[in-house]
Amino acid sequence: MIWSKRSTSSPSRADARLAGLCSAAAGLVAAILLLIVLFLLHESRPVLQRVEWLRFLTDASWHPAEGLFGLAPMLWATLVSSAGALLLAGTLGVASALFCRFYAPPSASRWFRRLVALLAGIPSVVFGFWGLTVLVPIIASWRPPGASLLTGILVLTLMILPTVALIADAALAAVPEIYLRGAAALGMSRSGTILGVALPAAKGGIIAGILLAAGRALGETMAVLMVSGNVVQMPHSLFDPVRTLTANIALEMAYATGEHRAALFVSGLVLTGLVILLAMVAARFGEVRHHG
Amino acid sequence: MTQAFDRHTLFFPETDGEAYTLGPLQSGPLCCVPEPLIRVTNLSVSYGNHPALKDVTLDIYRGCITALIGPSGCGKTSFLSVLNRLTDMIPGCRVEGGIRIGGQDILAPRLDVSALRREVSMIFQKPNPFPLSIRRNIEMPLREHGMKKRADLDEKLERVLTDVGLWAEVKDRLDKPALALSGGQQQRLCIARALALEPSVLLMDEPCSALDPLSSGVVEDLIGRLKGRYTVVIVTHNLAQARRIANYAAFFWLRERVGTLVEFGQCRQIFEAPAHDLTAAYVNGARG
Repeated sequence: MIWSKRSTSSPSRADARLAGLCSAAAGLVAAILLLIVLFLLHESRPVLQRVEWLRFLTDASWHPAEGLFGLAPMLWATLVSSAGALLLAGTLGVASALFCRFYAPPSASRWFRRLVALLAGIPSVVFGFWGLTVLVPIIASWRPPGASLLTGILVLTLMILPTVALIADAALAAVPEIYLRGAAALGMSRSGTILGVALPAAKGGIIAGILLAAGRALGETMAVLMVSGNVVQMPHSLFDPVRTLTANIALEMAYATGEHRAALFVSGLVLTGLVILLAMVAARFGEVRHHG
Repeated sequence: MTQAFDRHTLFFPETDGEAYTLGPLQSGPLCCVPEPLIRVTNLSVSYGNHPALKDVTLDIYRGCITALIGPSGCGKTSFLSVLNRLTDMIPGCRVEGGIRIGGQDILAPRLDVSALRREVSMIFQKPNPFPLSIRRNIEMPLREHGMKKRADLDEKLERVLTDVGLWAEVKDRLDKPALALSGGQQQRLCIARALALEPSVLLMDEPCSALDPLSSGVVEDLIGRLKGRYTVVIVTHNLAQARRIANYAAFFWLRERVGTLVEFGQCRQIFEAPAHDLTAAYVNGARG
């Protein structure tokens, strides 16, 4: 074992120093993630120990001061707003990536890509502000009160669209040229090539991108808080105001104490769990693509 | 307004009015009544400002195997790709001269390229099955060209896979990924996929060079059996292979950094009594 290790690493001191530095950095990153999870567990322990876990889903309402810890409406709002945004951004993102790769002249797709990358850099609070001042009044004039699940979905869509579009574009770019030439040599049309060859070949990468975007959508706080109305309730239509788990933490953390505070940490724990799960599934899809 | 690529003229070429009878694949009779199917006149190909192939005039005979030999970079692949207009996909590629297949001008700008490529199919150096199941690889192009009935598709699937000698090997795993097959099997699958569209011409760009010797032998035997039923144009660097399977051979060489055709003739003549010194030196292994 020792012999094989030596054979792969050079004995030079500079090399040893760099290796040490890199492994220390990697260790630190891993330790931070672990510590965050441990911290969340520790902080939510008071309420997790006293309250039966299922009650977080079954309690009728969210009144932590009175011992009611129903997270279900907020969990539901989080999941539905993310799912809606993924549906919209997934469709738009993949379609625009296909446009870039297969239909647009090279100069147009270059500009489009730059634009999308720019969209990724806009701070979420700006999206929220825009949503609050533009989107909410428009929807309010149609179906009051305006601040609703729908506005949340639309703002989230804008925020995750660049992730989906850029990763789908990269995945399509990675489709081997020989597949495309092969399809052309069989007399296949462009649409047949896209649907039959390019998309199946890029599927793994595209799904990985959508899952990464899902992680972002689940965790987004500020923009959603600004446009969704923040009423704790099960939404019955797209026009009902909702409060997501993230918004709940942001809204109540300033004054929460005791079990209330611990219950907020429980919602943080749930969110972190969801995002970690997604990241793991995304990594799996990424791997499938490489072996594919 | 695209000009239809007419299958009819391929089967009833201008040279005679008689229908051409094609032998069954397995028996593979030598046909080679020397009757040109593809007539190339003064063909030049250039990429941007760089000429790749200059002034090639050549007839390719129906039902025969024509081998294109010569060193790398002398325009053989360019020549091959022009025959089914795959050069259209390369930005900046310019083609001059004339190519008629079965009497039709295939360089006409309004030609239906998809129909042409269905008739003039291409097999690449690196086997390129799509990342789909074995069944979907064969069926997808068929569906695209309008064959939708399950029974037709199944029948065709079995027939082409039998033709390339793959049926026995894969019939129990038709729905497994094609990329799990070995290199040689993948290449035979690609040939089956092309044969399923019932082309008249098969273009092959070094189809064996990415395969191990055993698989290469299997694919070579298969190509030999295509003789008579299909018109095959094959680029190969394996001179022994060209000699074994081809009826005609065309020798390309680089002159002033531009590919040119040096000599074309019956395979035996090219290898045994070459008319040109360059050809003699190349086939005897003295140059190139």
